[in-house]
Amino acid sequence: MRGGTGKGIHFSKLYSFSCFRSKFEDEHGQLGQRGYSRIVYCNDPDNPEAVQLKYRGNYVSTTKYTALNFIPKSLFEQFRRVANLYFLVVACVSFSPLAPYTAVSVLAPLLVVIGATMAKEGVEDWRRRKQDIEANNRKVEVYGKKAFNETRWKNLRVGDLVKIYKDEYFPADLLLLSSSYEDGICYVETMNLDGETNLKLKHALDETASLRDVSSFQNFKSTINCEDPNERLYSFVGTLYYGGQQHPLSLQQILLRDSKLRNTDYIYGVVVFTGHDTKVMQNATDPPSKRSKIERRMDKIIYILFSTLILISFTGSMFFGVETKNDIRVGELKRWYLRPDKTTVFFDPKRASLAAFFHFLTGLMLYGYLIPISLYVSIEVVKVLQSIFINQDQDMYYEETDKPARARTSNLNEELGQVDTILSDKTGTLTCNSMEFVKCSIAGVAYGRGMTEVERALAKRKRSRAHEVTDSSSDLPECDDHVVDSGKPVKGFNFRDERIMNGNWVNEPHSDLIQKFFRVLAICHTAIPDVRKESGEISYEAESPDEAAFVIAARELGFEFFERTQTSISLHELDHESGRKVNRSYTLLHVLEFSSARKRMSVIVKTVENQLLLLCKGADSVMFERLSKDGRLFLAKSMDHLNKYAEAGLRTLVVAYRELSDQEYKSWEEEFLQAKTSVSAARDALIDAACDKIERDLILLGVTAVEDKLQKGVPECIDKLSKAGIKIWVLTGDKMETAINIGYACSLLTKGMKQIVITLDSPDISDLEKQGDKESIQKASRESIAKQIGEAKAQIIARKESSVTFGLIIDGMSLDFALAKSLESSFLEVAVNCASVICCRSSPKQKARVTKLVKVGTGKTTLAIGDGANDVGMLQEADIGVGISGVEGMQAVMSSDFAIAQFRFLERLLLVHGHWCYRRITMMICYFFYKNITFGFTLFWFEAHASFSGQPAYNDWYMSFYNVFFTSLPVIALGVFDQDVSARLCLKHPLLYQEGVQNILFTWHRILGWMLNGVISSMIIFFFITNSTISQAFRRDGHLVDYEVLGVTMYTCVVWAVNCQMALSINYFTWIQHFFIWGSIAFWYTFLVIYGALPPKVSTTAYQVFVEACAPSPFYWLATLLVVVSMLLPYFAYRSFQTRFKPMYHDIIQRRRSEGSEADVSAELPARVKEKIGHLKERLKHRES
Amino acid sequence: MSVRGSGVDEVVGCLPLKLVVGYRSVDSGGYLGSIMLVMDSRFTQQELPACKPILTPRWVISAFMLVSIVFIPIGLASLFASRDVVEIIDRYETDCIPQALRNDKVKYIQGPEDKTCNRTLRVPKRMKQPIYVYYQLDNFYQNHRRYVKSRSDKQLKDPKSENDVSACKPEDATPPGSNPIVPCGLIAWSMFNDTYSFSRNSEQLPLNKKGISWKSDRQHKFGKEVFPKNFQNGTLIGGAHLNSSIPLSEQEDLIVWMRTAALPTFRKLYGKIEVDLQANESIEVQLKNYYNTYSFNGKKKLVLSTTSWLGGKNDFIGIAYLSVGGLCFVLAMAFTIIYLVKPRRLGDPSYLSWNRNP
Repeated sequence: MRGGTGKGIHFSKLYSFSCFRSKFEDEHGQLGQRGYSRIVYCNDPDNPEAVQLKYRGNYVSTTKYTALNFIPKSLFEQFRRVANLYFLVVACVSFSPLAPYTAVSVLAPLLVVIGATMAKEGVEDWRRRKQDIEANNRKVEVYGKKAFNETRWKNLRVGDLVKIYKDEYFPADLLLLSSSYEDGICYVETMNLDGETNLKLKHALDETASLRDVSSFQNFKSTINCEDPNERLYSFVGTLYYGGQQHPLSLQQILLRDSKLRNTDYIYGVVVFTGHDTKVMQNATDPPSKRSKIERRMDKIIYILFSTLILISFTGSMFFGVETKNDIRVGELKRWYLRPDKTTVFFDPKRASLAAFFHFLTGLMLYGYLIPISLYVSIEVVKVLQSIFINQDQDMYYEETDKPARARTSNLNEELGQVDTILSDKTGTLTCNSMEFVKCSIAGVAYGRGMTEVERALAKRKRSRAHEVTDSSSDLPECDDHVVDSGKPVKGFNFRDERIMNGNWVNEPHSDLIQKFFRVLAICHTAIPDVRKESGEISYEAESPDEAAFVIAARELGFEFFERTQTSISLHELDHESGRKVNRSYTLLHVLEFSSARKRMSVIVKTVENQLLLLCKGADSVMFERLSKDGRLFLAKSMDHLNKYAEAGLRTLVVAYRELSDQEYKSWEEEFLQAKTSVSAARDALIDAACDKIERDLILLGVTAVEDKLQKGVPECIDKLSKAGIKIWVLTGDKMETAINIGYACSLLTKGMKQIVITLDSPDISDLEKQGDKESIQKASRESIAKQIGEAKAQIIARKESSVTFGLIIDGMSLDFALAKSLESSFLEVAVNCASVICCRSSPKQKARVTKLVKVGTGKTTLAIGDGANDVGMLQEADIGVGISGVEGMQAVMSSDFAIAQFRFLERLLLVHGHWCYRRITMMICYFFYKNITFGFTLFWFEAHASFSGQPAYNDWYMSFYNVFFTSLPVIALGVFDQDVSARLCLKHPLLYQEGVQNILFTWHRILGWMLNGVISSMIIFFFITNSTISQAFRRDGHLVDYEVLGVTMYTCVVWAVNCQMALSINYFTWIQHFFIWGSIAFWYTFLVIYGALPPKVSTTAYQVFVEACAPSPFYWLATLLVVVSMLLPYFAYRSFQTRFKPMYHDIIQRRRSEGSEADVSAELPARVKEKIGHLKERLKHRES
Repeated sequence: MSVRGSGVDEVVGCLPLKLVVGYRSVDSGGYLGSIMLVMDSRFTQQELPACKPILTPRWVISAFMLVSIVFIPIGLASLFASRDVVEIIDRYETDCIPQALRNDKVKYIQGPEDKTCNRTLRVPKRMKQPIYVYYQLDNFYQNHRRYVKSRSDKQLKDPKSENDVSACKPEDATPPGSNPIVPCGLIAWSMFNDTYSFSRNSEQLPLNKKGISWKSDRQHKFGKEVFPKNFQNGTLIGGAHLNSSIPLSEQEDLIVWMRTAALPTFRKLYGKIEVDLQANESIEVQLKNYYNTYSFNGKKKLVLSTTSWLGGKNDFIGIAYLSVGGLCFVLAMAFTIIYLVKPRRLGDPSYLSWNRNP
């Protein structure tokens, strides 16, 4: 048998694990009923009855399309967009004589657009498929024909017996039968499911745990009756019929797909759910597709344009109908040259209304240029390119984990520029989720010299104030740090104090207490040591990172916990006298577990000297009151230290111990065991009471301080974000004290802030709780919360005038009531008026609900950021979900829209990329509408002069190339590259971000302004050109402007004007912009020359028109110049006045930048750069000398 | 606008610090990302050198001034060019109908009477040759979709395609369905057929009708081997008849007519008079008033015009140039005054506030 570490240990007998036995008994009654009807024939998948059940295979497909349905399905997706559908209809109708232009010229751009989008979809789906193939073809060992044979994941069937080895993923949801451990336990890492890194213990039924030999499976036959596939990850109901008996099954026996076997050599299991039936896959709902606010508003604009389109087509057909009707009056032909007597239905005066109706359809097609066909695809292309820039940003690349920022959806880039509220998880997001033991106070003496993040932040704030006076002495704390920081760093341990390190503690005044203190840390826990055989190094698997930090601290200080058996804990200890390492073993009698109500945990051990000890650690609120009279020796000093630690944002625990007499222990144990074996509902209460009895008269040893290390740059980032006017809410599962500490640490809460705390932790409520009447508790709680919210409201209103800011802190219980329908709105009102909000002890569901409340209640854009599986709901609920690709697995990242490696990158993501993307997309959309309206309305004006007959002013191909070649590339360049101010200035002036939050670049005012500009432009083009060419010759040789020349001249003006307008409205000219803008204009002329040189059959009205007619005419060039300049004039004048009298924020910053003297700039150079320059100068000096 | 080749912000980018770029796995940017790896890191970091134009008062004023400085002279030059052109316009559609028949003009024009009409034009100013003779029609929709489409370019070019008349209905064949009409379609069918001949002091003025159409039309759109066939043989006769012994490429009146006008008021070139006309000279015009514009109340005008470098007589472009130039000048002045009277440093940090509650 492999491995032996687990030999002989029956963890099930360790009390600390007893809580895993859960109570599902009530639900088992439902088996066989609806929703609980699944039957699994274990180890017998070929049983005809099993085959008949036709459970799904283990093949998993996450792709959107298959090879077969790709074309129809993706086409369907495409044409769900109104605009695309419209163009499809137009393309179909254009084959009929209704069309004002040839069908090909409509179809070609539509095919390009649709093809590009479909190609994008296809590539994305292909990647998903590759991942699927990889997963489906992983190997697993399946029992069959008396041995385990390798097969692929996808071939697994329900009922198969499989063997999984250490560090392998489970291929399906399995029932654990037995493991390499005798008692059938195994450890599971569920990082992919819930993001928690600590190991979970799973436990096979005692009846099956003995099935450990391959041979024993030969006769193993049983059936499982269990629930149908569902998405509940934390419950399982089922019964195993084995050996003629029923055995209830619970989640304890179920191994879920996508979790990993750890610390166990192998397990045997039966496949219960396969493929898409597994709980993970059932949970994998399609992430809600999110659309940005901009896009939603864009849809409205499209509808406006559609209405305009219908309106002008209708107007046109009215006039057309009237004029057509008049063509024959009293039998007389009016416009005889049209032969109205012998015509088709489309121009028939006798059926004028029908002709008008057909003309209406023609008009819809003709003025279709109002609706930019390439808008969607351009935006999509732009967003993909923007995402690539986000992914490529070096300033958002985290070297330590080699993780760049990732834009997982490109839909929301511009939404990043409009975030009003950030809802953040705490652990792992603001903090690193690695606890470090940094300080302790033992016997009233404070140890530990490391500086915490918070202290540093505080010092820095003080310094920055001092900085204005003197520039020197700025680096002192860092220097200090460097001196202390010697030796190789140990994870979870950042304790530096030479007084007690390296065994020096023996020389301290209270060395015995120090010894006891660290013994408590080394013994009082539930961690499991993992000794590496090669190096002898010990690592620990602990339930929480705090606990791991304690054990590690004890180890580092010479109390090395190295072995745990079911009854004992063994340490390597430094002997007090001899100074050598000795093995000491403690008999473990009882573990009094931690619970959130008790807020403490204890162990009772017997030392080698037969001394009975109760070792206890817990929260100060419960510990101090349990101290004995003699044990309060250092109470004052310890409390003082504890407060200091808490202020420094550290998580504190009080460590105490007590010696027990044999007699006392015996009598207590009896009571305790009685409580444990009792079956009444009050069992837990009885146990608690029993524990409470022994955990008294403790002797205080000291206080520990563990730092939940803030991620780098978090306070600065939060500071910047709040300067940008973004509200930040922290939603955490932590307790209130910790949350408040962290709030201070990351400058969410400040000293000057007025705190409003809403909690149910009041005496009245707890009194009621003791009485246990659920309804009255509910009622009282609700009232209490309502009252507290009301008070908070009053407070806020009272101080509205003053500059006091508020911070709201609310706990999970209260949140439940505050989120009830009746209180929701007033709670939101209070919360919105607070500068920062901290919700502690909140469940994942509450997180999502709060997110929804903010999103729906304020109607503003919310961004949720988190790293764990508990944040998934929040991430999906928020307008934007940002996942931290940190240590806690990939669950959050997988359901996020953006993934970054560190919280601080959020600053750049929002203030720089968000702002840019918002600006780019809004500009781009406005401009798109502008250019299409300009173009579309010239057609309309021309129509008005062609008796609305539906004759387009331009050659077919000019028109169809308009959106695709002559005007689209500059817009894309705008959407990808434009920046109003540089990244550095974006970060320097965070207020600039408000442009997006208040959406001032995409107000209706602005959109309609651009549209109006388009209409004016079209009028200038049409009326200037027609009036200046009305009928006279336009060249010296007497030639006149005809239909062909007019079209080319007007079109030239449109292309010039639209591109110059672009040049005028962008802020950032690189060679790319120049290339695209001037290139588009140049391309128009090139196109004219080439197209005009083709035989007249192809080029029709464009034949030779530029080379022969237009180019030699000075009039043509002068008219172009006139029209283009006069078209730009309104916009230019408006902008000039606006930047002068009502500048927008970016105008001001741009002005400052351009006026900024060089001196100003050098002062603003980052310190790093300054330093570098200094170095360079020094080096130069060296060389010279 | 201020244009800065390498602005303030690029300072950081230029330092060697930034050039230390650790590229990551291809996965970071996807397939497109890997293409970008090849490119400049300043590109991927969006720090390409750029000019960043800003509307500072100086640039605004300069731009307006520049426009007015360029536009006003152009405007003046165009105006002078237009003024130099001498144009004689004679509207004749009513005058050429005998007084008695004016109450039913359509009947007159469709009737068999002699349509000759003599007009006398006075030359207001010396007209240097070449003098272009145009006819101008009003309210005639040559740009009507039905009209524009009613032609067969293939048939006009290629004698083999004479049956390509599907677009020409109802003027496709005569009688319908048998002999194709060449040139077919409404445009050709409705060709203008008033004729003018000019004399000065009873001496015939030669009218050059060659070269009045576009060269490309003559050479590439109208075939040398295509002759009129079955033209105007139908029951309803539209406009001019064509000499069926002359190939289409030489029927310049037809070619001019077939090049449809853009707007309902249009002129078409009729011919050129290649002698100078002196001021106050009288020109007698003998015209045949055949063409029916009376049905749709169209005007008919005869136009004699010289040209300048800018073409014919039209003050619009000159005036437009002058007004835009003038407007820019006014705006420039206005900005200058604003700037002088109330200079305001936009860069003043005291303006850096944001109204948080809009």
